[in-house]
Formats: sequence, structure tokens, C-alpha cells
Amino acid sequence: MPDTDRGSDNLDRYVRQMRYPPLGEEGQRRLGASRALVCGCGALGSMLANTLVRAGVGSVRIVDRDFVELNNLQRQVLFDEGDVENQVPKAIAAAEKLRLINSGVEVEPIVADVDHTNIEALCEGVDVIVDGTDNFETRFLVNEAAVKLGIPWVYGGCLGAEGQTMAILPGETPCLHCLITECPPPGTVPTCDTAGILAPVVGVVASIQAIEAIKILSGNRDAVSRHLTVIELWDNHIRQVDVSGLRQSADCPTCRHGQFPWLAGKRGGHTAVLCGRNAVQLTHTGVQVDLDELARRLEGLGQLSRNAFLLRFKVDGYELTVFPDGRAIIGGTDDIATAKTLYARYVGS
Amino acid sequence: MEITVNGQVRTVSHGSTVADLLAELGLAHKLVAVEVNEQLVPKAQHGERRLAPGDRLEIVTLVGGG
Repeated sequence: MPDTDRGSDNLDRYVRQMRYPPLGEEGQRRLGASRALVCGCGALGSMLANTLVRAGVGSVRIVDRDFVELNNLQRQVLFDEGDVENQVPKAIAAAEKLRLINSGVEVEPIVADVDHTNIEALCEGVDVIVDGTDNFETRFLVNEAAVKLGIPWVYGGCLGAEGQTMAILPGETPCLHCLITECPPPGTVPTCDTAGILAPVVGVVASIQAIEAIKILSGNRDAVSRHLTVIELWDNHIRQVDVSGLRQSADCPTCRHGQFPWLAGKRGGHTAVLCGRNAVQLTHTGVQVDLDELARRLEGLGQLSRNAFLLRFKVDGYELTVFPDGRAIIGGTDDIATAKTLYARYVGS
Repeated sequence: MEITVNGQVRTVSHGSTVADLLAELGLAHKLVAVEVNEQLVPKAQHGERRLAPGDRLEIVTLVGGG
């Protein structure tokens, strides 16, 4: 139980932001009664979660499929070397830090891959979705869920020293599908792995996303940007692109015609090469893996370690991380076939 | 005729469309948003939108990391 001095009813800690007239005490109370979904908790997501929890959003649900690695620490602000050492899933590590930062906020970590089977449940009861994902397939899925359920969401993406963000108010402003008519197939766009990523652009993009979310949650929808914000920090360009005509002219299948193929599971695969990592994720719907039993089977075959959330097995330069829901992240390769072979060999098919 | 693309003056042939320009720049299959004179042109209209002398274009490559 948080004591009352730190609880959500006490607004003392928010006095500086309440002093900003457009927010005020009324806006702060609305924030405290609101709920956000942080979808993906890598660089953008950890920055977003950090800002929203500190700002006093009443409830923050964080979903992420990955665990903390050393090369995350350069830009993923909620994690530390201990999380790397202990192989902590990002959602769990983030929640642990955030509860220390603001015990008055209900933080709900979920270790899972966002897909068409769980996205609507993840959106249950939330007032805004903020984009911390690292791929367009998941964004198209989130976009459909947001449009279908009428939940505002704030797209953000970054790479190198550039990034973009756009707030989507379903029924009012263009959606992601209006802007991007076809989801690029996996492997066709550069990733953090191939193009690199500088932390400051993450901070800029996530901060703009966060303030748009704060406007939405505090009852200041009118102040939400109707532009696509384009940021290029190395060449010093920041621009606002007018997208107001897009909803009329794009004749969008999602927000004009109500077609949701990603939500129906007709689009999108279950296998993904992970951004920023030499790794492949494999998912298996409806499977349960007994990690204790798997650990016994793998004993002596390679280097084995585990914690409450996952099992890790290193063999022949590869690293298999297996979760209880059958999901696995195969490190040491970006080849899907190799990853599947390793999974079949050591975990089973 | 001369147009401006991301701040740089560029010569294109008369009758060129946005799609022609993207092909010329090797961006035909890239994930881009194109603004002509501060108005975003939807991708479905890239093939029909003809460029005029003095047009100012901004081509934004959309990125997906996070």
C-alpha cells in the first residue's frame, strides 16, 4: 500500500505541471483517472512510460516481448546493467523502476508479443495507446485496433538521427493507413540493426508522443497536433507536414471502409527478425512450455540459465531464450530458417 | 523545368509526375511521404500528380525503429 503522501490523491508532486494553465488541477485529475497502453517498451516505450508515470497517468499498462540486453542501455532509459545480468524481461524491469518512481500509479507489465489474438484485450479500458513498437506490422495491427475501438493512438518511429510522429484521433484525423498505404514487408525497411540509432532522437520523438498523449488524457483534445512531425536531428530539420487533407483523399480501407485484415489475422506473420538485434522471434499460439522440464532436457547440452520469466540456452554460438508461452527469441542469427531449425532441435516443434 | 526537392534545386522533364521523380531518385519502392507545396500527396495519387515549374517538394522517408 502506498502511503497517502505518495498516493494518487495527493497532487503535491504534480504542482509544477499543474501550474501550467492549460493543464491545471482539472487536467491533472483527469490524467490521474486515465489509463494508457504503452505498446512496446524499448527505446521509445521506456521513455514514454517514464514520462507518463511521472506525469501521474493513473494506470499504465506496458507490453513488451523482449528482455534487456547490453546494447539497449545506450538509449533505453529505464534499464540498467543489473537487468542485463539478470536477463529481465523489459516490461518487468520497466515496472520495477516505475513503481519506485511513482507508487501512486498502477503499473501493469505484460510480457507478450502483441498480435491479433491479444491486441483487443490489451486495449481493454485504455484511453490512449502510445507506440513504442519497432516494426510496421505491429503498427498496422495497433492502428486497426485503435480505429475499430475508437481509441486515440500516437504513432512514433525513429532510426539513425531521424524520426516521425503523428497523433491519430479515430474518426477525426487521418490514421496510419491513410499515411502509409501498404505495410512494408519485413526486411525491406532499414532497422536499428542496420542503420543504427542515436538516443537523442528517441527522446525527441517520445517526448512529442508523450505530450500528445497527455493532451488527450487531460481533456485537451483540441490542442492535439494535426500534423505529421518530421525530425532530422543531424541535419537540423524539424518540420510539420500538413496531413489534414489525407483522410478525404486517401480513401482509406481502415478508417473509411472499416476493413481490419490485421486484426482478423489475415495479414501479418508470427515470425519476426527483431529490430536492433541479430535475432529472430518465433511464436507458437496455444503452446505451453514447462521451463523446468525443458531445463532438465537441455542439461549438459550447452550453457543453461533461467529466471522466473524465461530460460536461456547457449549452444554453438547461438542463444535461445524461451518463454513459458512457447515464444522463443533465437539470438546469433537473422535467418528465420536457421532459427526454426534450432527451435525444433532443442525445444521441439 | 526546375523544381526544389528537399531544399535542392533540381531539373526534371516537363510532364513528370511525383511517381516519375521518385523512380528517378531510386525511391520508387521506399516508404516515403511526399509533400508538394506544403500539401501531402497520397501515394495513390503519385502517378497522376504532375509537377509544375517552381514546385517545392519535401520527400520524407518514414522510419520504423523504436
